[in-house]
Amino acid sequence: MTHTQEEPDEPDEPDEPVQWGTRVRPNNGVPVVLTDRPPTEPARLVDDFTPALIDVGAHHLCPGCGEPVAMRSVLEVIDELELAQRTIAVFGIGCYTAFSNNLDVEVLQALHGRAPSVATGAKRARPETVVFTIQGDGDMVNEGLQEVIHTAARGENVTCIMLNNGVFGETGGHLTSTTVLGQRTKNSLAGRTAAEHGYPILLSNLLAQLEGAAYVARGAVNTAGNVARTKKMLHRAVETQLEGREFSFVEILTMCPTGWFVETQEAPDYLESNLGAVHASGVLKDAGS
Amino acid sequence: MTSRLLEGSEAIAEAMVVAGCRFFSGYPITPFTEILEQMAKKMPPVGGVCMSAESELEAIGMAWGAAATGTPAATGSTGQGLSLMQESLAELTMAGLPLVVFDMARAQGDYFQATRGGGHGDYRLIVLAPMDVPEAVHLTQLAFHLTARWRNPVMVFGDYYIAHTFASVSVEPIDFGPTPSREWALDGTSGGSGRAKLISPLGTTKQRDDVGYDLSAHFLARAAATAEMIAGVPPMADVGFTEDADVVVVAFGTQGRYVRAAVQQLRADGHRVGYVRPITLFPFPSDAVADAADGARAVAVYENNQGQMVDDVRLAVLGRAPVHFIGGLSLDGSGFGIAPDLDVATICARIGQVLAGLDAHAGGAR
Amino acid sequence: MSRDREGQRGGIVCRGTVVIDVEACKGCDLCISACPPGVLSMTEHEVNTRGYRYPVLVAGCTGCQACSQICPDFVFQVYKYDTPVVVELPAP
Repeated sequence: MTHTQEEPDEPDEPDEPVQWGTRVRPNNGVPVVLTDRPPTEPARLVDDFTPALIDVGAHHLCPGCGEPVAMRSVLEVIDELELAQRTIAVFGIGCYTAFSNNLDVEVLQALHGRAPSVATGAKRARPETVVFTIQGDGDMVNEGLQEVIHTAARGENVTCIMLNNGVFGETGGHLTSTTVLGQRTKNSLAGRTAAEHGYPILLSNLLAQLEGAAYVARGAVNTAGNVARTKKMLHRAVETQLEGREFSFVEILTMCPTGWFVETQEAPDYLESNLGAVHASGVLKDAGS
Repeated sequence: MTSRLLEGSEAIAEAMVVAGCRFFSGYPITPFTEILEQMAKKMPPVGGVCMSAESELEAIGMAWGAAATGTPAATGSTGQGLSLMQESLAELTMAGLPLVVFDMARAQGDYFQATRGGGHGDYRLIVLAPMDVPEAVHLTQLAFHLTARWRNPVMVFGDYYIAHTFASVSVEPIDFGPTPSREWALDGTSGGSGRAKLISPLGTTKQRDDVGYDLSAHFLARAAATAEMIAGVPPMADVGFTEDADVVVVAFGTQGRYVRAAVQQLRADGHRVGYVRPITLFPFPSDAVADAADGARAVAVYENNQGQMVDDVRLAVLGRAPVHFIGGLSLDGSGFGIAPDLDVATICARIGQVLAGLDAHAGGAR
Repeated sequence: MSRDREGQRGGIVCRGTVVIDVEACKGCDLCISACPPGVLSMTEHEVNTRGYRYPVLVAGCTGCQACSQICPDFVFQVYKYDTPVVVELPAP
């Protein structure tokens, strides 16, 4: 028995034949579908609430934050490649640190900026594991710039992942080395200027120049399409590590409506037109292809 | 038991190998550099890893990562490099990781840095201070045992002299007793089980029902573990001639060796002097110092700095006898070479002044 | 319900559906613009116990997972029907 319900008796607009793909609202005459329980018609579950490797999905990150979206993609890739029993995730310090103690993979918590060296030690001591870092832009490009550059230059066989939202989110939204010119933050309220704050560092572009970096890509999670493309980048990066081909890196642009002073539903466009206009998406280097 | 003539740095590296160290990371800095050179040679043949880190911050980070996998690991530097490592050292102590850290110190001005934590927060390192190369070999091995026993970093406080003096040593494995299992260590395999392991300075338990760390609970648990460690590590000191001593001289490290020689000389000349040489700078051998001070008419402290260990001596003596600082900064032009004052005759003279001060009050109470 | 006649005039084909964890939602709206057939919309007046509006589904879901992949709060569970379900429009 289907579980649909009838819409209210007085629709605002007259009934019209509904076209496939039309954006509809419940009071346009299209039946609302109940969504409080699984369907009774034969159906298969294609995506669960949380990915298998996240134990607890409830977190206290802001509405519209892109970091959980990126975390989901990373963990789905680990699960799809069946690497959960070989993985050590090294966390930096930022809003995403909230996930460090509720994942079903082994987690090694490092300090702000210091995940690449910790990941190096873990990987050298246990070369059979898959080691990746999760770090924000403030963590990786401000505090830890030399660590990620050295790790890449060394061709260290780890995967570093940067969640780039152009701000220090955890302290409330302050400018980092990736903040773009004109971007307003708590300590650049008039907008970043070159004269006062200098220019953003495009880290993926920097790392792609290093010989030890085998795979460097930049994606985003502001649209479902970008999420899918970014997942492919993450796959390729982890495969680079599995094949023993030195250093792999994926930068993921994430939404931070709080740090950007925008509404949650405007953040995807803001990401595209501001952060994404400077930190351009794409595969910057794939030495294995 | 084959003895060989080895430079202190090499002897220490050999001691690390027989103690089971299989990961070392470091950055060149005098007088620590040769330990890095030696480990670069000695680690690969035993299947270990030596990383020439691009900075001290990365050296301690790499050691942290290796230690988290349960691999016996070590790093080190001199005082300046350790200053850079302090945040990581404090935090990995909060994460409950074993690690041996060498301070090949320039003079003795790093005493506070070593024993007062050096970094932020309430944590402690066990600190062992050898006086010569053979003792450094022994204490290096003891350090690996203690750090595994207590899951807390242990510092070996060496110096320029130990690093660069050649001595005849026999480096053999020593059995200090059992250490706990390393089931906490990461190797990836607990992933996907619903009980994947976590090593974090913020907490040790994964959440199954809610998010967030309970930092209060974690810091209190760490404080309790630290207190247990302090209670469980017997302080060590080398004590001589104190039963009837009028003046007891306290000194550590290489300086302690010179003070011992000075005391032996003064004894031969008929003076009633004794010495206490702390071997564990933390936990400080307060009882040994207090016992020696009981019955003494003065305590003198000799250290090559502006006065650091003297504070701990004063606390231990607690008024039993007046405490005189007879040390002081003494450096050669390079800042880390042979101290001009480090000379038995000079030290005898300084102790002699304390003795003379006592005679000036002959018959009087302290 | 006419399940055996897809695309009948006045019926909407549903290839999939979702379960929405209303209490988990923080009202960010990302799913609304992410949904390709546009079958999600936020409530206007109803809120969950935390005070956030939440999404409501109308017929026409394709089970594409755009919502579950874009949602920061793990609100969606996505199903694909073995056979597409046709939801009839109410008679005029």
